[in-house]
Amino acid sequence: MSEPIIEIENVTKSFGGVQANRGITLTVPKGAITGLIGPNGSGKTTLFSSIVGYHPIDAGSIRFQGQEISKLNVQDIARLGLLRTFQTTRIYGKMNCTQNLLISISQRQAQFADMFARARAELVDRAEHLLAFVGLYDKRFLRAGSLSFGQQKLLEFAMALMNEPTVLLLDEPTAGINPTLINGLIDRLKRANMQFGITLFIIEHNMRAIMNMASKIYCLAHGELLAVGDPLTIQRDQRVIDAYLGAH
Amino acid sequence: MMTGSHQTLIYWLILLLGVAGPLVFPDYTNQMAVLWLMVVFALTWDILGGQMGYNSLGNIFFFGAGMYVAAIVQIGLFYDVGMYTSAARTTHIAFSNAQYFTGFALGTIAAGLASAVLAIGVGLIVFGLRGPYFAIGTLGVAVAAAELTASWEWVGAASGISLPVFPGEPEAQKLFFYFLLFGLAFALMLFLRWLYSTNFGLAINAIRDDEEKAEAMGLHTRRYKRTAWVITAFFLGIAGAVFGNMTGFIEPRDIAFPTTTFNIFMVLMVLLGGKGTLWGPVVGAVIFHLIKELTWTYFLGWQFITLGLLIIIILVYFQQGIVGWFEEKYPAWSGLEVAAKEAPPAAHNVAPLPQAKAAE
Repeated sequence: MSEPIIEIENVTKSFGGVQANRGITLTVPKGAITGLIGPNGSGKTTLFSSIVGYHPIDAGSIRFQGQEISKLNVQDIARLGLLRTFQTTRIYGKMNCTQNLLISISQRQAQFADMFARARAELVDRAEHLLAFVGLYDKRFLRAGSLSFGQQKLLEFAMALMNEPTVLLLDEPTAGINPTLINGLIDRLKRANMQFGITLFIIEHNMRAIMNMASKIYCLAHGELLAVGDPLTIQRDQRVIDAYLGAH
Repeated sequence: MMTGSHQTLIYWLILLLGVAGPLVFPDYTNQMAVLWLMVVFALTWDILGGQMGYNSLGNIFFFGAGMYVAAIVQIGLFYDVGMYTSAARTTHIAFSNAQYFTGFALGTIAAGLASAVLAIGVGLIVFGLRGPYFAIGTLGVAVAAAELTASWEWVGAASGISLPVFPGEPEAQKLFFYFLLFGLAFALMLFLRWLYSTNFGLAINAIRDDEEKAEAMGLHTRRYKRTAWVITAFFLGIAGAVFGNMTGFIEPRDIAFPTTTFNIFMVLMVLLGGKGTLWGPVVGAVIFHLIKELTWTYFLGWQFITLGLLIIIILVYFQQGIVGWFEEKYPAWSGLEVAAKEAPPAAHNVAPLPQAKAAE
């Protein structure tokens, strides 16, 4: 496995009396697709939120490209090139699809004067190409809020690509998407990984999808790391099967 | 569809109407001047309230602050302000022509800048609040400003300040202030048209639609919010300076910080016209001003009841406003939702990808 890009060490996070994450240690290898699975309530989304700075963690450390980021806020982490999408899709509903993409460009280099810059032609071009990439080109002038849930998910994915992140955390990308479109989405995720070189870290409940994409999978249960391995190992791990079937 | 040249035509039309107005209807010059002030109110309120989704009830603070800053500069350049405000009740203090115009020009510029600086300070406090708390917080700022000014002897406290008198005929005075307010409103229209066509417009719309998402995408949300607030304050400060001189007498509660009249009118005009649209605030301001002038003339004594009725009707039955309703009804004409059926830019030619097929 190549060098790690995200290193998580002993991360613990509680909400009141509920320990959502307990001493989690894992690494996300650079340039690969890594999966994160686990039954509902096992702390997957909490871990994502901790990584991108949504809430302070109670203990442990999170490093991105060797830099400690557990004390940074959401915007600073996003500007480092570490981006997440949401389980419940979040897009800018009253703006059209092209505008959604144009405002999603990377803010890493943004200066004060850039607030008043106009979208350059090549940017509009890139936005339209990305819309075509996720199959929404025909809808580019429609208000994002009028798209179906699955289409909004694709739009959110395109917005994330527009930002040119180094690492993209995807929270259940296939949930709520028409089963016939899932193959296309898996294909696009793989292409984003190979073509644009974006490291992906994906929470997924669709086992077929995640087994097909990821080279390494972590399984959480009750806030703790239960198992790790390649898809085949995970699929055969008795502890993982028990966790999903409720043996715990 | 409304194309760029149609838009340009509208601006020329407004320029023509604005210039011709007081020449054709000289009896209504003052009412028309106030109309342009209303347009400035509506357009500035819509920057935060409509485009950014932050409903402020305290914008009047910047109007009043500009008014007082201008007055202090105009007087302070030539006299001691404390002496002036206490003596003005008994004696008339004269300003020469040159004193009047330099004072007025410098005072107006100072008003815009001071309001902008105040916006940075107030913004540090109120942008910690969202939703209804932001509305109440900003209202608090405006009410506090009115009460503090009303007890500040140096600026005349509750009895206010009589400003230097315009050195000229009443007709010339009317035209002078009319064209200043019209110029301000027209400049603001052009400025906002440009502003909303830049990243700034997209960014504040994004904040309105989902601020948390905008943060998650790394947008400098605080920088955008603060700048929007500063722009609002700058134009309101100038408007306050001009309007204060137009009335000639300023006092805190009813003229500088009228939280229950002008302050509410701003919101109402934008809701009536359609918030978050380019033309909604202008349309709303014109219609509202007409209704207001008519009720004030023909239903005096009932005007606030009419106004209350109007608020209820707009809020219950007509939330999207006139322009908002029009955009829903005729989206294509408004430049929204153009169904694109032409071929996409060959999605698969973006970058030839042999491995893409391998995934199937």
